[in-house]
Parts: sequence; C-alpha cells; structure tokens
Amino acid sequence: MIALLLRDLKLAFRAGGGFGLGLAFFLIVTVLVPFSVGPQSSLLATIAPGVLWLGALLACLLSLDRLLALDWEDGSLDLLATAPLPLESVVTIKALAHWITTGLPLVLAAPVLGVLLNLPGPGFGWLVVSLLIGTPALSVIGTFGAALTVGLKRGGLLLSLLVLPLYVPTLIFGAEVARRGATGMEVQTPLLMLAGITAATVALLPFASAAVLRINLR
Amino acid sequence: MSIAAKANALWEYANPRKFLATSERVLPFFWISSALFLVVGLVWGFFFTPDDYKQGSTVKIIYLHVPSALMAINCWLMMLVTSLVWLVRRHHVSALAARAAAPIGIVMTLIALATGAIWGQPMWGTWWAWDPRLTSFLILFLFYLGYIALWEAIEDPDTAADLTSVLCIVGSVFAILSRYAVNFWNQGLHQGASVMRAGAITGTDTTEKVSNVFFYPLLTCIIGFVLLFIALVLYRTGTEIRARRIKALLARERVNG
Amino acid sequence: MILTVTDLAIARGGVPVLEGLSFALPPGKALILRGPNGIGKTTLLRTLAGLQQPLSGRIEGAEDRIAYAAHSDGLKPTLTVTENLIFWASVFGTRDIQPALEAFALNELADRHAGNLSAGQKRRLGLARMLVTGRPIWMLDEPTVSLDKTAVAMFADAVRAHLGQGGSALIATHIDLGLDGEVLDVGPNKARPKALDDLDGGFL
Repeated sequence: MIALLLRDLKLAFRAGGGFGLGLAFFLIVTVLVPFSVGPQSSLLATIAPGVLWLGALLACLLSLDRLLALDWEDGSLDLLATAPLPLESVVTIKALAHWITTGLPLVLAAPVLGVLLNLPGPGFGWLVVSLLIGTPALSVIGTFGAALTVGLKRGGLLLSLLVLPLYVPTLIFGAEVARRGATGMEVQTPLLMLAGITAATVALLPFASAAVLRINLR
Repeated sequence: MSIAAKANALWEYANPRKFLATSERVLPFFWISSALFLVVGLVWGFFFTPDDYKQGSTVKIIYLHVPSALMAINCWLMMLVTSLVWLVRRHHVSALAARAAAPIGIVMTLIALATGAIWGQPMWGTWWAWDPRLTSFLILFLFYLGYIALWEAIEDPDTAADLTSVLCIVGSVFAILSRYAVNFWNQGLHQGASVMRAGAITGTDTTEKVSNVFFYPLLTCIIGFVLLFIALVLYRTGTEIRARRIKALLARERVNG
Repeated sequence: MILTVTDLAIARGGVPVLEGLSFALPPGKALILRGPNGIGKTTLLRTLAGLQQPLSGRIEGAEDRIAYAAHSDGLKPTLTVTENLIFWASVFGTRDIQPALEAFALNELADRHAGNLSAGQKRRLGLARMLVTGRPIWMLDEPTVSLDKTAVAMFADAVRAHLGQGGSALIATHIDLGLDGEVLDVGPNKARPKALDDLDGGFL
C-alpha cells in the first residue's frame, strides 16, 4: 500500500505529473475575482471565505480526471486488480495521493490568497481548519466520480456533472465554517457536520468506488 | 394466495415478454384514467375554486406545482428501488424501468421548478430565490441530469445499468444530506408542505391547512399525475425493452456472422 | 495445485463468446492458447485472472495464484526501469528484482526512464514484471508482440525456468516457443447462438 502511495506521489511530482495544476487554477480564480466584482475591501472581505472554498473545490474538480484515467490507459488498473491489494485499498490510496498532491497544497495556499481577498483576521484559522477537514471528502467523492467514468473516452465533463451535486453538502458546511469564523460567529455545528461528512465518506465511499471500478474493469 | 406466491408472481414480470404483454393490456386503462383525473382535477381547480384571500388566483398553480414536485421525488424513489432490484436480482426489466423513469423525473422536476418560479414571482417578488426547497429541487435536477448522462455515455447495457444503479444509491444518500445542508444554510421563504402534513388534511392544523375547497381538486390532480407517471413509465419501459431486443438481435447477427 | 477449468462459458460485452471449455494446467506445464482473432482468448484470460465473471462453469486453483500480463504493461513512463519493477515487486510482497532484470537483459537499461525505451524494450520490462510477482501461474496475452528474435528466446527461457521451478503458464500466442506443453485450440468452443429463450434474459 505504501508502495502505491509513494509511486503516485513520485509520478505527480515528476515532469508532466500535473502537480501544481490545481494550485495554479486556485490562484487564477482568486486573483480574477477582485477584477470581476470590484476592489472594495468590505465586499471582498464578505465574499472571501466563499470564494476561497469555491476556488479550492473547482481546483480539486479540475484534477479528478487524471486520478484513475492514466492508470486505466496504461493497464495498471487491470494489473492492480489482479494483485494481492484489495481494490478498496487501491482507491483509498489513490484518494489519499490526490489529497496530498492537490488538497493539501490548496489548504496551505488558502491563507496567502486570503490576504489578497482581504479575509478578516479571525477567518484565517477557520478557513485553514475547514479546508483541512473538508478537502479529504472532496478527494474521496472525486475518486468515486473518477471510478464511475474511468472507462469513458471523454469522461471529463461527465465527471464534473456527476461529482458536482455530490460536492454540495461539503461545500455548504465547509464554506459556512469559514464564513462564520470570519465574522466571529460560533462554528461548532457546521464544523461537526463537515467532520461527519468527511469521516463518513472516507469510511464508506471507497467501497462504492471499488465496486464501480470492478464493474468498469470487466 | 400466500404472500410468497404473490411475490413470485410479481417476479414473473421480470420476463420482458410477459412485461410487454401485460403492460400493453393495462396501458389504455392508465392513459384514459390519468387523462380523466387530470382534466377533472385541473378544470375543477382552475375554474371552480375560489381565489385565495391572500394569494389571489396565483394560488391555483398549486394544481400543477404540488403534484409535479411529489412525482419528481417519488420518481427518484422508484429508480432507487428498481436499481436495488437490478443489483440484487439482475432483472433487466428493472434496470430498464429505472432508465425509462429518469427523463420523466427530470421533466417533473423542471415543471416543479418552473411553476415554483411562476408562483414565486407575484408572491415573493422574485422569479428565483435560494430557498431551501427550490434549491433542493435544483440539486435534484442535477442528480437526474448526471444519472441520465451516465446512462447515455456507456455503451454496454449491463455495465451502464450497474454503474447508474450505484450512482442512484450513492446519489440518494447525498441528496438527503444536501436537503439537510440546504435547510441549515438558508431557513427559507417557502411555505410548509401543507398538503403532506396529516394535520393539514384532517383539519387539526388550522394555521397551515389547505382548505377542503382546494384540497379535493388537488388530490384529484395528484392521482392524475400518479396515473400519468405509471402510464409513462410502462410505455417508456416497453420502448427500452424493444430497443434492447433490437440490440440483442444485432449482437446475435454479429456472433453468427 | 492444478488449475482446473470445468465447462466454462464466457461473454464479452454481454455476448457469449466461448462455451463448454474444460482443461487442466498442472505445475511445470505450459498451455498454448490458439484460435482465430476475436474468438475470446483475451476474454478467457481476463476471466481466469478474476477480472470478470464467467457466465457458467467452474475455475479452481486460480485465486491469488495468477500473474496476468495484458496487452498493455502498466508501465509508468516517468519512472525508471528499476522503479517500475520495484513498485510491482512491493505490491506483490517480493523484494528481489535482480533476477528479473537479468532474465530480460535489462541491467543496462535499469536507470533509463520507461518512457525512453523502445517498444520491444518496454515489452521486456512488462514481461520481467511477471518474475517479480512470485506467483505460480503466468497468464500471458500475446507476449511476443514487438519482441525481436533474441528477446523471444529470452522470454522462452524465462518461461522454461519458471516451469522448471514448478510454475505453470497459459500463453495466448501464435509463435512456436518450443515449450513443454500442450496446445489448446479454443476454436471449437465458439459459443453457439442461443435458443430463443435464454439469451439476454428473454429479450428475444
């Protein structure tokens, strides 16, 4: 299992591995927002938590179609499916690798971009906390979507369409934590819901992803 | 007949030919009765009920809005059940029924959304508000869209049936989750679902009660929509079965050739 | 333990392709799979490898004992030859990749990126993967594609050594590899068109 994780990380960091793609997209979205809504700092401060969460979510979405497709094309998935590793572990590791290469950099970059959007002081901590708790759910749900569409030649757009409604609860609670944190309101309820969603998806969704992958490998 | 025997009798309809024969026999009944209920319900509702003292005549859109919203949700539930039946018992008709129902469901969702907007305009002064109920239906619309797109994208029918079934089950869980999330996110303008509450029907809940004057034509419309839905699902499932038969024939030709 | 297949029927994309297939593959033996293109040899290998379910029939002695080599080798172009092999070795819980490198003369290429290899060299690397799995039954789907004469001989030697150690191999190929084993022609097992009632759940 460690071997698979290390391989995926190595592949991501080598040339053409796509590491940093999500980060670049995140940067582009947040930098463009002030140009489109205007530079008033009070307005930016209000929308900053939501924009940062949305940017992180879209950056995640962008990188999903590479998650399993490359291993599908070169036959690795066939071979992994006949290996001693259960497919449930394979998809979990894949999601973890996706989170480390995409989700974690977004979490770390978010406060910097928060400065650009005039995020209020108390918001920084909660933004990082909410992204840290929420992005694993995005990776796991995304892996399910990638497993559903892995056999399709042009599955990218379909993947986004399938994953979008599944992302809604995570986005709502995640952005709510960041928003409430920024305005100094209590964050406990949405934070617990967000943590619950992440815990439940990480625990249960890999079984669905593996089942779907088995169907696609037939 | 014992329950087990009845259940066995039900599974006989998993045979496509038996299903086709039976559905063709009962379809005229469903077409005619749904038309009857809809015409009676809508005419009664539109022309023979008084205007609401607060909402005026706009309230009458309820006769389309409520039944379509109910069917939009029930259609997804039906797809969930048939998906589970497919995954457990591998009956092709079940999977095809789910496939046949989805476009009906998405149209019902669209009708509910559109009538909601038309109703909302005079009531709330806006075509669209991010009200929890409307938002939930928008999300439901996205689920239907993804489900249908996945069916269309996959060539092999069994693979498509398997994948869409799993999507339907996972989607159902997330749809419920979204409902809670959306409720939490915005408390909303929408009035309570007064028709569905027991108190509203029995008259004990006087504040939210839909008065009997409105309720009976509404009930007629709901029955009409249910019958129409059944007719459409049977009809479309029959079409899907015929399409599959053509595919099977072509496949056999290929194997023989 | 013998790999036994009894009265197997398989389908590709829902259409039955082979039926009534029975054979046994004892340790130390190779079985060469023959048959015209499109008859279902790949489907058979995928079914035996557990990637898809048979329509009917039994497969015994296959579980967790098969190393499968498909048309594509699952190589990562940005990893070196050694890294590719080490990855598969650790997935299958083995360590030593040196014998595999030697058997397919990959030592000199060990530090090259797999993306820079020629088609034949890639294929050699893909076949070397079989050695690091440590599994007793090899299933190879057209293994000699893009291999030159020397490489084919290398491959035949590797299979012979594997058989000598009590392993077995099921190979779909049209080349004579000079191995100790039988030829299984699946041509006669082509699935016959079904009676009206039982194909595709009664759709006909």
